[in-house]
Amino acid sequence: MTSKRILSVTVANKPGVLSRITGLFSRRNYNINSLNVGETENPEYSRMTIVVDADDRTLEQIKSQLDKLVEVIQITELDRTNIVDRDLALIRVNSSRNQRSEIIQIVDTFRARIVDLSTDTIMIEATGTPSKIEALIEILKDFGIIDIVRTGLVALNRGVVE
Amino acid sequence: MSKLTGAEIFIESLKREQVEVIFGYPGGKNIPIYNLLYDNPFKHILVRHEQAAAHAADGYARSTGKVGVCLATSGPGATNLVTGLATAYMDSVPVVAFTGQVDTKSIGTDAFQEADIRGITMPVTKHNFLVTDIKDLARTIKEAFYIARTGRPGPVLVDMPIDVLGARMEFEYPETVDLPGYDPDLTLNGDRLERAAEVINSAKRPVIFAGGGVVTSGAAEVLRELARKARIPVTTSLMGLGAYPIEDELSLGMPGMHGTRYANYALCEADLLIGVGVRFDDRVTGRLDAFAPKAKVVHIDIDPAEINKNVETFISLVGDAKEVLSKLLPVVEEIERKEWLAQIAEWKRKYPLAYKDEGPEIKPQAVVQELNRLTEGKAIVVTEVGQHQMWAAQYYNYSYPRNFITSGGLGTMGFGLPAALGAQVGREGELVIDISGDGSFQMNVQELATISEYNLPVKIVIINNGTLGMVRQWQELLHEKRYSSTILQNPDFLKLAEAYGIKAIRIDDKNQLSEKLNEALEYAGPVLVDVSVAWEENVWPMVPPGAGNHEMIGGEQDDK
Ligand SMILES: Cc1ncc(C[n+]2csc(CCOP(=O)(O)OP(=O)(O)O)c2C)c(N)n1
Repeated sequence: MTSKRILSVTVANKPGVLSRITGLFSRRNYNINSLNVGETENPEYSRMTIVVDADDRTLEQIKSQLDKLVEVIQITELDRTNIVDRDLALIRVNSSRNQRSEIIQIVDTFRARIVDLSTDTIMIEATGTPSKIEALIEILKDFGIIDIVRTGLVALNRGVVE
Repeated sequence: MSKLTGAEIFIESLKREQVEVIFGYPGGKNIPIYNLLYDNPFKHILVRHEQAAAHAADGYARSTGKVGVCLATSGPGATNLVTGLATAYMDSVPVVAFTGQVDTKSIGTDAFQEADIRGITMPVTKHNFLVTDIKDLARTIKEAFYIARTGRPGPVLVDMPIDVLGARMEFEYPETVDLPGYDPDLTLNGDRLERAAEVINSAKRPVIFAGGGVVTSGAAEVLRELARKARIPVTTSLMGLGAYPIEDELSLGMPGMHGTRYANYALCEADLLIGVGVRFDDRVTGRLDAFAPKAKVVHIDIDPAEINKNVETFISLVGDAKEVLSKLLPVVEEIERKEWLAQIAEWKRKYPLAYKDEGPEIKPQAVVQELNRLTEGKAIVVTEVGQHQMWAAQYYNYSYPRNFITSGGLGTMGFGLPAALGAQVGREGELVIDISGDGSFQMNVQELATISEYNLPVKIVIINNGTLGMVRQWQELLHEKRYSSTILQNPDFLKLAEAYGIKAIRIDDKNQLSEKLNEALEYAGPVLVDVSVAWEENVWPMVPPGAGNHEMIGGEQDDK
């Protein structure tokens, strides 16, 4: 049985490293749900948060195959019950003048923010767990969504690690 | 300290790595290196196609255990290496390939003879580098050799832009490597070792399945000791041939699609399978759910990613085969296993590898058998890919590691001739036989020029069936003999060889097989032997594609 698993992968900040990782996934037929990459506290390293759809055996394979890449420094599977995980979305919706206050109310309820306004659209920035973002998107659909862009998941273990 | 150019640093670095020979081909983007090779800092073999440079470096590496080195120019020179790198990658062979590249400022502009060879070879190398700054060059070369030869070996490519080769820098070769993401030293978990020993000691019907990893790690001797002590029969994969003497009573030969019946029967009945340096390739396992169905699997391999990849493992021992086997040796018990070994002896007696040597035509199997007899199983045998490769695997009795060289994983036609050339360079003075097919031979036939130029005394034996035999066999069995594009119109191979200044012998008379083969083997220089064989002969036994190993067909002694 497959489920969504989160890998936090520290890689050397070298040219081509992202392509090595995505190449490995496509070549070996592993499914990436989302992949996010950014610098870490140490500029020599980047951290990737990769969400994959995999069963236990495939996940072991993914980890061992990733580990063989010379530029992969460390791989940790994050335990969903003990992490802070966030997704950020920018959502542009249709909004006539008289819908505006209703949308603002929804935005407040979700602790999201309005970041741009025009006469007939609103752009919302929402941060939170993926399920919260999805719930917000679901509700906003009534108004007509024009664009969505999401970062994909970023996550870190809670408490002190290593 | 005086400053050296990038090209000089390249030469000095290779000297530090004790490189003896490079196989290469010049062009505009590696010309500064060739300018230095003019003074012979070490041997350079000029091949006639870059693919051959990669295969020759590979053959050199497989036959010697050293790292093979090849060199090509940018663009088409570099892309010509790709098949060779993929071949080495699939069979875990340590090769370092160097390519010239357009100057760093032009990269990405579609400059003349520009190809993104780092991008192209990512999936077929263990690692690769593009050196954009002269100050990284020596360190990168050090890392390339280190990565290629350590852990599970594999090919590494270093791409060097022409301006880097021309820039100047003080030369300092690093003593150590610093690769935080690469740790080939795996420490074995002692607790697992004990459990593995227990499982082995309590098994009733164990089989050892030894592969290329045994050859690579130099574990053949300790494997022999262990098998004989614990009285466990050994089957060797195509890549493992030579890791265990075929004529030994415990030897089962090769398993799988064209393996021996007794190896496949033993796997079907085994209660324990000890895989050593193997990756459970589909050509061995057949249909996975029918593979060794009664066996628990102990898997010894240096690559953690091989564990549970194809076959579920009961106990895994991740580490170097030689080291793991040496630690197992004292803890496995001497057990008679009378019943099991009697059963195996019975299978071996009842179902030996067999073919019918009847009719006026020469049987291809007989050619290999005769070579085996004449050389007492001691030659270095290199093959191409196809039926002749399987017959070479079945009918030559390998007893020594690194004496059977074949493209197992990728199955690359055109591998044999250049690999034989590389092996002959690596094992000077020894007998190298390239068992070839008339189809494969023509895929790198231009290497006759190299063999001739350097007077490399390779014996090329073409098992000439006038067809792409292995594909024709499948067409016969699976497509009602519709021989689509598998019947070849061939040149006169004798004239061809002679045009290159190579001695050539034709054998088409059964009665002359032995004598003429002997003449070829006795000849001091390179020879090509063209043997006309029965054209519709098939490789038996065979596990049909998609079938289980117990469903193998053909090849019984009194079969048609
Ligand atoms: C580069 C390459 N192309 C195609 C194939 C597919 N193929 C496998 S065996 C074979 C026939 C080989 O013919 P030949 O070398 O004459 O050997 P034979 O089988 O007749 O002994 C072919 C075409 C291959 N393995 N490699």
